[in-house]
Amino acid sequence: MSGHILIVDDEMPIRRLLRVAIERSGYATVEADCGAAALDALRRSVPKLVLLDLGLPDRDGLELIGTFREKLVPIIVLTAREASSEKVAALDLGADDYVTKPFDSEELMARIRSCLRRADQSHGHLRKLTVGPVAIDLDAHGVWKNGAEVKLTPKEFMLLAVLASHPGKVLTHTHLLREVWGPAHSDHVEYLRVTVRSLRKKLEEDPSAPRLIQNEPGVGYRLRDPGRA
Amino acid sequence: MTDDARPSPDALLREAEREGRGTLKIFLGAAPGVGKTFEMLLEGAEKLEAGADVVIGIVETHGRKETEALVSPLPVIPRKSIDYKGQTLTEMDLDAVLERHPEIVLVDELAHTNAPGSRHPKRWQDIEELLAAGIDVMTTVNIQHVESLNDVVGSFTHVRVRETVPDKVFENAEIELIDLPPEDLIKRLDAGKIYVPEQARHALEHFFSKGNLLALRELALRHAAQYVDARIQEHKSVTGKENGYAAGQRILVAISEAAGGEQVVRAAKRLADALKAPLIALYVETPSAARFSDAEKTQLARNLSLAASLGASLQSVPATSVQEAMLAQCKELRATQLVLGRSRGKGSWFGRRDGIVQDILDGTTGIAIHVIPFQDTPRGRDWRRLWPRGSWTGDVMAIGSVGALTLAAFLAQGWISRGPIDLLYLLPVIFSASFYGFRAGLIAAIAAGIAYNFFFLPPFYTFIIYGPVNIITAALLVVVAIITGQLAARARAAAALAMRSARENAGLARFATRLGAASTTEETAQLIRDELRSLLAVQTIVLHRSGDSVEISAFGQTKPDLTPIDQAAAEWVMEHGEDAGLGTNTLTASEWQFRPLKTSLGTLAVLGFRGPPGRDPIPTERAALAESLIDQAALAHERLKLEADMRDMEVVRQRDSLRAALLASLSHDLRTPLTAVTAAAEALSATGDEAELVDTVRSEARRLNRFLSDLLDLTRIEEGAVTPDLVPTDLTDVIASAVGDSVKTLAGRKVQTSIDPNLPLVRADAVLLNHALLNLVDNAAKYSPQEEPIEIIARMGRRGPVIDVLDGGTGIPQGSEQRIFDRFARGETSDRTGGSGLGLAIVKGFVEAMGFTVEAARRPGGGSRFTIRIPHDATVHVSMEDIA
Repeated sequence: MSGHILIVDDEMPIRRLLRVAIERSGYATVEADCGAAALDALRRSVPKLVLLDLGLPDRDGLELIGTFREKLVPIIVLTAREASSEKVAALDLGADDYVTKPFDSEELMARIRSCLRRADQSHGHLRKLTVGPVAIDLDAHGVWKNGAEVKLTPKEFMLLAVLASHPGKVLTHTHLLREVWGPAHSDHVEYLRVTVRSLRKKLEEDPSAPRLIQNEPGVGYRLRDPGRA
Repeated sequence: MTDDARPSPDALLREAEREGRGTLKIFLGAAPGVGKTFEMLLEGAEKLEAGADVVIGIVETHGRKETEALVSPLPVIPRKSIDYKGQTLTEMDLDAVLERHPEIVLVDELAHTNAPGSRHPKRWQDIEELLAAGIDVMTTVNIQHVESLNDVVGSFTHVRVRETVPDKVFENAEIELIDLPPEDLIKRLDAGKIYVPEQARHALEHFFSKGNLLALRELALRHAAQYVDARIQEHKSVTGKENGYAAGQRILVAISEAAGGEQVVRAAKRLADALKAPLIALYVETPSAARFSDAEKTQLARNLSLAASLGASLQSVPATSVQEAMLAQCKELRATQLVLGRSRGKGSWFGRRDGIVQDILDGTTGIAIHVIPFQDTPRGRDWRRLWPRGSWTGDVMAIGSVGALTLAAFLAQGWISRGPIDLLYLLPVIFSASFYGFRAGLIAAIAAGIAYNFFFLPPFYTFIIYGPVNIITAALLVVVAIITGQLAARARAAAALAMRSARENAGLARFATRLGAASTTEETAQLIRDELRSLLAVQTIVLHRSGDSVEISAFGQTKPDLTPIDQAAAEWVMEHGEDAGLGTNTLTASEWQFRPLKTSLGTLAVLGFRGPPGRDPIPTERAALAESLIDQAALAHERLKLEADMRDMEVVRQRDSLRAALLASLSHDLRTPLTAVTAAAEALSATGDEAELVDTVRSEARRLNRFLSDLLDLTRIEEGAVTPDLVPTDLTDVIASAVGDSVKTLAGRKVQTSIDPNLPLVRADAVLLNHALLNLVDNAAKYSPQEEPIEIIARMGRRGPVIDVLDGGTGIPQGSEQRIFDRFARGETSDRTGGSGLGLAIVKGFVEAMGFTVEAARRPGGGSRFTIRIPHDATVHVSMEDIA
């Protein structure tokens, strides 16, 4: 695997900006200004991550997600703030994360690092992790808060396990529901809400200001990335 | 709930009309001196003490010490002086009271007649206006002033009271009976405690006999009880407990031109009140109406307006036969009781009056008929009435035709025998009678008799008649003239009536067609004026609103000059939507009669009519036609107004969609460079002075970005493009992410959250709600000092979950709690804070798109509170068994 990050965006100023920010953090970059150029670049060499703008002049950015996915390239999508359905669609198609325009470079770099970390670990799944005060052992089916074991219901544990196997990644409502309750219940968002609430009650320091299980409005939930502050 | 138990629409409508009106309290007494004014002042003073804003509009103390003592604490609106024929009269200053707009005003003597030149002739009309303006009124009245009891009181006291108050005034009033036993009242009179004007002393002493007082007291008690009863009925029909007109009774009273007809109307009103039934006054206009004397016309108008003032609905139908029309109307209006008057004085020639009663009795089943005998006030014999009406042309033609026939017959004597000449004389008689009416026929008959006798009956050239045959011939001519004349006159009258109604119908139809084609207000105004002028045959003008006043918008050849009184009447009509001017109850000094063009959109124009000086410009027989024409005109105005509104809306819509498209493309094109600027600024690192500059670039770019997003959001709201995706949502999630998102812009501000852990899930669009909260937090940060924390509270309210966003800032300016959600409505301190001015409009747009509401309020301790209310039916309850 070569070490560069592919930037796909039709706006030159944005590309330049992304390039400067990414290169400053020590990664090499390759740029593409349209879907065709992106596929070209992919053929020439597979990047370690792609930043993909969905509004491309020659094709819908969503169409490219599958192609990158096949090559196991982690994908971060660039979207507008109000486009929550677009985010959900991108995530469901296999994108790893999204960044909302206008973004600031620090946030973007944090997301890139988090994403790359997960990609490195994904070969051997992390079975034990600690997030803030909470320690989770997926194999032992055990959860501890500040050292004391916490009793979870099977659904609570399943939900936590799904979130914990992709720490820091947004998982859509549909994805979580399907994994925990099965495809028949994929639109019962209320199950998810209630279970998240009870999980927070057991695990969060302050359940009304949750930090562990974070909500992405209109999209889904993510478990706080243990690698981030 | 069954149909019967549902509130009747009429009752609800009455209730709705009453909303916003002031309430009327009447202190009712049996006679002067019972202490009504005293009681009223006492209650006024109590209310004042309790903190109400009470003033005295007008109160007569008649120099009584105890009454005067009560007046002193109450503020008095100074009276208005009116000069009338060298005398200075004082009246309540209606405009001053309206201007002052107190909560409660005390107005003594409900039945008082105002000095000429006042706005309304009667004080009860002043009170109506005060009530309509939302002012509560307390007033006093004695029982003998009640319109429908006027006859009854007169019958035993023998004192005719001219100042009467229509019964409708009492209908929605609270009535308090001030009762004093007759013995005490007489004692008070003897002690000189009752004010009595010198000239009325004798009459009043008779009035104050014990028998009279007992009777009056009983009447007052009954009347008060009846209104209490009526109000209970009304309450029942509003609340749906019982239908107001439960028995379905409908009273029809026949109105005629007879003097004394008022007694019939009042009797009908008492019957209607007792049965709590609606009263309909029916006037059948027969061809004979054309021959009414002025006195009869006035009497008819008086009878009709009395019925109207007693709350009857008026119906006027043209017909040739009174009884047929009456029977038809009884059926059509589903009357259950019919009230007829029967004059006890003279009948008419053929006893037709009795015939009507008999015919109606024969022609109906299932209707109770009340015949009220009354004394037709002697009018003095009008000898001219014996001589039938006709035209001078008819008289000349009658004599001319007889002369012509005589000449022809005289010349033809040689050729024809004298035998058929008498038959030939029938020709001019029939001719005159059928073409010119009864009088011409009669003249022709007399002339024919004379001529025949003079020229053709021996002895010739004398007026002497010999022989019974000749006498019979002469008499025959007269009889033929009478019969033919009567028949022809009746046929002609019927034809004229039919023609008039055909003409009126055709006129109405033509009017409607033309109005339909008119496309501008000016065109319509002129058309209305011209058509009404020709159909009603009176001078007509149309007035429209122009700034604060009204102006003539259509007139005939010359624009009439309106006097200040005319102008005031026209403006009154425009403002109140009621008739004013000559022949109405308001500003009667005007030469014009003004009528509103009332529509569902309010009064859009005013019509002015002017007839011969001093005459009601719209006589009774044309009232119905005028009514239909005015309705048509109003409809046309409404249509035009709606069309204009639609056009305006279309223009606005096109402008809006253009603006939206512009905004969308603009913001897209702006967004990219802005994103670059923002991100670049974030990435810049600088030291010293430059750090400050870089910081400015950063924060300004962020602000610009925010403004752009706001514009886009608002565009979406206004286009109706906000389609919320309502899914079960945990308010904790929404609040937490709003707080998280706001951290960056809040620069260290403290945000405290308090969330009821037992709140149910709600169906909401998390993105929209998150955004709304973010804007509220932003707003709170902008308008409150840095050190004050911002609080977000999610709790269960009475009608569903509630989210409060509280700040400790300057608070919303008083009275702008609604306006604050308008676009670009910023607080007074906005220059400092520099928002887009769209934030709260977006909050409202998003929140309402989800079916929630948002409101702003001042916090008692300073600062503002914004509250998002979520209805109960948006909450979602989940059973734990399903989840596990």
